[in-house]
Amino acid sequence: MTGLLDVVGAVLVLLGALLALAAAIGLLRLPDVLSRMHAATKPQTAGLVLVVVGAALLLRTSVDTWMLVLVGAFQLITAPVTAHLVGRLAYRSGGVREDLLHRDDLADREDDPAR
Amino acid sequence: MSAADGGVQRGFLGRRPRVLRVLWLTLVWVLLWGTFSWANLLGGLAVAVGVLVLFPLPAVSTGGRLRPLALLRVVLDVARDLAVSSVQVAWQSVRPGPPPRSSIVAVEISDDSELLMAMLVECLSLVPGSVVVDASAEERTLWAHVLGADDDAAVDRFRAQVARLEADLLEVGVHRVRVEAASSGRTEVGTDPLDDPDPVDPEPTEHRPHDAAGADDDSSAALPSREAGR
Repeated sequence: MTGLLDVVGAVLVLLGALLALAAAIGLLRLPDVLSRMHAATKPQTAGLVLVVVGAALLLRTSVDTWMLVLVGAFQLITAPVTAHLVGRLAYRSGGVREDLLHRDDLADREDDPAR
Repeated sequence: MSAADGGVQRGFLGRRPRVLRVLWLTLVWVLLWGTFSWANLLGGLAVAVGVLVLFPLPAVSTGGRLRPLALLRVVLDVARDLAVSSVQVAWQSVRPGPPPRSSIVAVEISDDSELLMAMLVECLSLVPGSVVVDASAEERTLWAHVLGADDDAAVDRFRAQVARLEADLLEVGVHRVRVEAASSGRTEVGTDPLDDPDPVDPEPTEHRPHDAAGADDDSSAALPSREAGR
């Protein structure tokens, strides 16, 4: 049983690390700030959650597990907020590759205070 | 206000937001220590009360009743969507070829509850495709950046996805239930008077201290008709 838990935990940590790697590559390769925020929220969050779950399976002591639960929960709560704030700032300060936008509904917004 | 509408059903959050906040902060404190002991519990309570006294939060308007099954469904859906979108974005990041094109899509939402909006923004940032760029509670609109949406069909798919997510969140019941029966004296509003620094509001309508007056006018005009359908 412990052997199985160890294997599952190790696999989860590995998967999480792979997702985090993909997120890091996305941060470098994606064309503009808004696209990069996608990489910084989704694979990054999912990767961290996988690492946390895997680590909890490997450690199996309650003191560390509760801390890991908190780490995962706060990541899930805060990552979208960060993405929203950075994305909003990036758009208003022109951090968007407009040639890569199929459509831009925000450009039509007339009463945008930033304009 | 709280004494006046005693016995009336109130929102699960509206009942005692402050108590819930203290409990939540205490729970976090105990979890941080990792072990339960009375010293941790009391210490956590002291810290929680201290934090809430020093950094008071604005009142959150809530109402309705929590439906645990619907909540579970949303949680499972978002977890599944998070897995899908992570793989998707990971692939878009590492695949060879030109960078993906995207769209900024305006989505109107049908409810003006700030809590619902916040939850929608949180979920949308985790589910496939979108990061919310801007949001306006007054205009009831979100602007989301949709990665990889390079034709109108993808935009329509995203709109449908948001509508579904919003409907699911409404099912959970954490949206605000508006006063629909001010004349009959029934109040079903979750604003906690304890959080209102100056609760001298003669009207039985909901009063949000941090809200612009204009937004309130607009929503009270629009909402009763919608609530009547419930």
